[in-house]
Order: sequence, then structure tokens, then C-alpha cells
Amino acid sequence: MATKLPSVDVLLIGFGWTGAIVAQELADTGLNILAIERGQWRDTPTDFAPTFDQDELRYMWRHHLFQKAANETFTFRNNGGQTALPIREWGSFLPGEGVGGAGVHWNGQAWRFLERDFDLKTHNQQRYGKAVVDAHDMTIQDWPVSYAELEPYYDKMERLCGIGGKAGNIQGAIQPGGNPFEGPRSREFPNPAMVQTYGPTLFAEAAQSLGYKPFPQPSANMSQAYTNPLGLQLGPCTYCGFCEKFGCGNYAKASPQTTILPVLMKKPNFTLKTGSTVLKLTLDDTKTKVVSATYVDHTGQEYEQPADLVILCAYPFANAQLMLLSGIGKPYDPQSGQGVVGRNYAYQITSSVNVFFEDKIINPFIGAGALGMTIDEFNGDNFDHKNLGFIAGGYIQILNTGGRPIEMTYVPDGVPKWGAEWKKAAVEGYLHTTTIATHGAVMSHRGNYLDLDPTYRDIYGRPLVRITFDYTDQEHKMSDYLTDRATDIAKAMNPKAIKANKRTGPYDMTPYQTTHNTGGTVSGTDPNTSVTNPYLQSWDVPNLFLMGAGAFPQNAGYNPTMTVAATAYRAVEKIKNTYLKNPGPLISKVGR
Amino acid sequence: MADKRGGVTRRGLLWAGGLAAIPLAPAGAFTYQAGGMPWESGAADNPRAADPRPGYLFFDAAEASFIESAAERMVPPDAHGPGAKELGIPFFIDRQLAGPYGLGNAFYMQGPWPEAQKTQGYQSKLPPAGYYRAALKSIGKAVAERYQGAAFASLSPAQQDDFLKDLETGKVELQDVDGKYFFTLLLQNVREGMFSDPLYGGNRDLAAWKMIGFPGAHYDYRDFAGHHGEKVPLDPIGLLGRGNPVKS
Repeated sequence: MATKLPSVDVLLIGFGWTGAIVAQELADTGLNILAIERGQWRDTPTDFAPTFDQDELRYMWRHHLFQKAANETFTFRNNGGQTALPIREWGSFLPGEGVGGAGVHWNGQAWRFLERDFDLKTHNQQRYGKAVVDAHDMTIQDWPVSYAELEPYYDKMERLCGIGGKAGNIQGAIQPGGNPFEGPRSREFPNPAMVQTYGPTLFAEAAQSLGYKPFPQPSANMSQAYTNPLGLQLGPCTYCGFCEKFGCGNYAKASPQTTILPVLMKKPNFTLKTGSTVLKLTLDDTKTKVVSATYVDHTGQEYEQPADLVILCAYPFANAQLMLLSGIGKPYDPQSGQGVVGRNYAYQITSSVNVFFEDKIINPFIGAGALGMTIDEFNGDNFDHKNLGFIAGGYIQILNTGGRPIEMTYVPDGVPKWGAEWKKAAVEGYLHTTTIATHGAVMSHRGNYLDLDPTYRDIYGRPLVRITFDYTDQEHKMSDYLTDRATDIAKAMNPKAIKANKRTGPYDMTPYQTTHNTGGTVSGTDPNTSVTNPYLQSWDVPNLFLMGAGAFPQNAGYNPTMTVAATAYRAVEKIKNTYLKNPGPLISKVGR
Repeated sequence: MADKRGGVTRRGLLWAGGLAAIPLAPAGAFTYQAGGMPWESGAADNPRAADPRPGYLFFDAAEASFIESAAERMVPPDAHGPGAKELGIPFFIDRQLAGPYGLGNAFYMQGPWPEAQKTQGYQSKLPPAGYYRAALKSIGKAVAERYQGAAFASLSPAQQDDFLKDLETGKVELQDVDGKYFFTLLLQNVREGMFSDPLYGGNRDLAAWKMIGFPGAHYDYRDFAGHHGEKVPLDPIGLLGRGNPVKS
């Protein structure tokens, strides 16, 4: 029997980036705010101190900071004809858990999406015709917001995080050295770009020789000491090479811990409960209002927490699961194409080209999560797709995240995976090898979706989220095209050898690819094809909002964090300025 | 039993022959209200070093004999540096299998276990320690059948390589386990033992890092970031310092 607790004004479920952003923005209203997080408190000196943080085995391979799959995982199948089986050990992606969420162990790649990513369907249909956007059973749709509408919120997040980079477009004026394809930004980045190491520098020289316009990767690893608008100080990045899958021991990577929490955790009207997992939301008799959330603590005790306003701030899978378990919104049915919850789940498609030099000393271990040089000529609709057989694209870069030797001892084609020949190649090649990565968009398709698994349960007895997902020809053709362009650049670097690693065959849950899972609770202007309105408010239950990448109608060829944050800032501003004054639907569902 | 940070300790969960993994209890529940950033002295989440007692904790003599010989073929001693045995790779794998990794404590281990697609990843009822135990037993039989009762360790290096290649390419039929998958698992664990921090018992004397030129657990390369093509003049160091922190 659940213990009933006193009501709060605002309840946040999940406490990573969006939970911290929303709580901080709402704190000055004086409302009583409670955040519930399933994982533990985490902070730099205790959990990722520089005395033990640089540990590839523990963090990368033993998954020390990630969601505990033993407790809660997902099931997976490539298509509806297969039986989904549980992801027993993480592989393809690494979801976060605990205070700060995946904001603790992200790389810090701080992208804005392109203008054309937001009106993707309309734009591609106009340029290439209806058949192209209807191919491959695609269920793509325009975002309910434009780039221009999000720009102020991108800017706000970049200031909060001290992003280092070089603007490519300031208020419409193209800037040398930046990304000429980016949407107009109101001003320059708050920090300069990072110092480039050798691998990215060689990539940029080769890309330039082919006529491309390389630019420094926008980075949430501090290029210099920085004080953010909340008065919090971040230290300069030391290029230690342990960002991706690790916390930062040097207060040098933007995370909820370094950019928001020291201010928020002092607020008298903010409370955080950790080690508490929300099991379901309860609606009133009209089914149009959430009255409470039921959660369980580590002793198994259940609590009922009433709230006036509930905001889901967990990862897309958990947000979708809570909607399905609570009976909010119509579940998506891939047969009929009807329903919205679970619809348009998407991911990304990556590939790489290893570049082996004879004697150039690359020093791959001098790295940072977002240290690198990139070209954007083949992202979005920055290039003509006529007769290519696919839409969208991705970026191509050398990102020098680090030189973790269990993962990053690459050997050329033809060398065995073990034995004397392998050892010789691995030992002689380590300092002289770098890797070009491609990072491609994934469109939404009718058969790719999330629902509840009929068989497997988590330790609380809840059905696991079932992921049904595969790449189509759209993704493979696009990724192969990107890999070929990356190979051109690799050759122009004049190496001893190259090895192209195309992404072939069905989507495989085992090798790590990216933790950029999107969709399932899509935001839109039509309640028949979206779970939330343009302000991330549930169409069906107006006192419920859903933050995060679940809102993406399809995935773009960029890392999602800045767009997740920008959409959250925009939503919470609307909540503050409009919703709180007159709680109810911000946009009427009637007639839509 | 809750430790200082509200987590549940694994005390008493030593390897005892049973193969059932125990799911981790969720993190302890705490409430934080207006107190600023919580901090507690002595609560740092330090890693646990390998058990330094001599000898193997998980492998029996026959298992150890195969692992030592096979790892040595995967990472043979040569002019570049020591081989698997001298690097402590078999010792590392033993300690991993005797600990939380071997028990599959972080794995989702609930059934059922129907036929799986390759894209669905690890789908065994057995946690890694159990998989090793079953695979090594079956490999022993397969080697004996092929080589007139001989053990793997007594074969010539060329014969050992032949057998390992057949295992790698799925040409060795094993009972209860997938030989090809086991080979992949073993090779991954060998590489982990070669290149992980020496505190876990492999990479002895940081020899693998010295071989490749990885400086290890340094955390400040600002002086070198813009110096393209130059060797970084730093000797490797581990989280517990230089030398060999786990003696056995």
C-alpha cells in the first residue's frame, strides 16, 4: 500500500540535463518543486575525481556510470517478425542513470541542428518531390518549431555551458573559419575553440585541399576557464582524453553538476529525492489530469506523490514507458499506422575510416570529448541529393576523444585480430593512427517504434520497453555515401594505409555506436501524429509535459544535447509566462 | 546491508560455484533539500584492486593451463615486449571472473532464453564465469578428440594456432556454448588484461602501455596539445603509481 505524501506544485521525474534546467528556471517562481531520480547523487570529488577517473576498464567496458541493465533494460528486435530479447549487457548505446544523467558522461559535442532539419519534410518534398519523402515507409514530419524560434534558447544553453567554437554565421553574415552551413546565430560562441591536436589538424588540411570548409567542433570541454551566467566557475580542459563514458575530474566539462546544481541545490523551494523510481502516473476520472505519481524506494516501500504539474525529464525510453504504463495517449500500432506513443523511434548511423601513418606521431591520448575538426558539406540538405536515393546526411570529422588502448589499438586490413602479427601492428601503430568518423541522421519509418514487451519485466515487475528498429536502404545508402567521402579525405591525408569500416547489415545491438536515441513521444502540431504540442505539453493531459529527445520527429545528423536543452528552455519559458497563470491546454486540441 | 552511500554491499556474494546472478539492489533513497551540494568525507568511489593473493581464485589447473597457453598465443612475447603470461593477463581474467563481472552482476539475467538473432547480443543463461567454465570444459574435450587425448598446452604453437583459428571461425563444435562467441569473449578479456590499469592485475609493470607509448593515467596534456608530431616525454603511470601494484 502506497504511503500518500503531501502535494507539491511541480514534480519532475528524472534529474539529468532537462530536470536541472527546468528546476532552475522554475525555482524563482517560488513554487514548491520536487525532482525524483532513480539513481544516486553524483558529484566530481566523490564519483569522478582525477585520482581514479582515467580508468578505461571500469567506466567504458564495465559500464560503471550507466543505467543498471540488471535492474532495468530494454528488449530489442530488428522487425515485427522477430521475438524481441532483452539487452542483457549494454552495447550499441549507453543510457545514463543518477543525478546529472548522461550529462555526466557525454562527450560535450555541442551542435545546433540545421534550419532545414526543422522543416525537413516540407523542404525535401519541395526540392525532390513527394515520392522521395514517402520512400522506405518513412513517417517523417516537420518539427513544430523553426530554427529561428529555437535560436535564443540555443544561445542560452551555449552561455550556460561555456561552449568553445568558431561561429560560421552571425546574423546572416558568413564567418571565415566557422561552419558556413549553420543557421544564423545571434553572436559568437562564449569561448574560443579548443587547441587542435595533430589528427584533427591533418584532417582539416586534407579536407581543405579537397575544397571543403573544415571548422572546429563546438565543444562543452572548456577551452579556457569560464564563469557562466549563474556565476559558476569551470576550469580549463586538460586534454586528459577521458570524457566519453567518463565523468570529468577537472570541472572542465559542462554538466548539470558544473553548470546548474551548485546554485539550484541551495534553493529553499527545491527538493531532490534519489534512489526512487516512478512506477506510474495516476489520472483523475476525466483522464485529462495527472493527480499523482507512484514511486518505489530501495526498500520496496511505495509512495504516492500528488502534484499540480508533472514534467517528465527522463530518457526517451523511460518517458515513453511511463506514458504507456499510465495509459496516457494512444499507443502506436505499426499495422494501422494509428496511435502516437512509441511512434517514430529513431537513432543514428555511424561509420569510420582508420588512417594509419608510417611515422607521423599522432599522440591519440591527448584528447577531449569534443576536440576535433569537422566538415558539414554532407549533412542535412547541404548538398544536392538528386538521384542519390536518399535524403539527409551527417557530418564527417576527426574527433580526438582520447587514446583508450583497449578500444583504440587499430590495425590495418589483412592483419589478424591476435598473435604475433597483430601485436606488432598494434604496438607499432598506436601512436601513428587516427580515425575519421561519420555521424549520420536516421529518418523515422513506419516499422521502427517503441511499445511494452509482452514477456520481459524489470525488477519492479514492469514490462520492459520493446525497441523494434532497423536501418533501411535510406540509412545504408546515406551512410555509405558519407563513408566514401570520408575515404576521399583519408586518402588525401597521404597515409600508409586506410581501413574503411562501413555500417553493413541489419542494426546490431552489440557494438557501441551512439547514445542518441530519439522519438517515441514526438512533438508536433497534429495530435494524430504527435504526443505533445509545440511546447512539449501532452495533448491529452495538459498538466503533463515531456522534455527530451523523445520529442524529435526524426533524428538529425548531429549530437542531440543542445537541441534537447533548447526545446526544454523554450517549453519552460512558456510554462512560466503562460501556463502557470492559467493552467490548461496551451494549444487547443479541438479542430486539430 | 547498506554502505555509507546507501548502496547495498556485495559482502558474502563470493563465487561459490553457483551461477545465478543477483540483480543489483537499486540505489538507496535520500532526500536533499536546500543544503547545497552534498558531500561526505571518505566516500570517494574508489576502484577495487584485484585480490593480491597468489594463485588463481576461479580457474582450476586444467582451465588455467588452457587460458595461459591460449593467451600466450594471442599475445606472444617478442622484441616489442612481454607476452600474456608475463603481462599477468591470465591472472587478470581470473580475478575478473571471480568478481562482479564473472557473476554477471551488471547483466540482465531473467529468462526466457529462446533462439536469438546475432544482432541481439549476449543471450546466455550463464554469466561470464559460467560461460568460461562450460566453454573450457567443452574445449578440453574437443582438443583431446582432435589430438589423441592431448591437452591444449602440450600442443605445438602451430597446432595451438590452428585450433584457435578454428574456434575463431566457428569450426569447432562445442557442447552448451557457442565456440565462436567464446573466442570473441576471450579475446576481448585478453585485450582488457593487456591494456587496463595495472590495479586490476594485468598490464604488469605497465609493460603494455610502455610498448605502445600510452602514458596512462596522466590527466594534464595541455603542454603538449599543440605540439604536433612530437613524442610526449612522460613515462606511463597507473592509478596506483608506477610499478606493479598487484603482486602475486
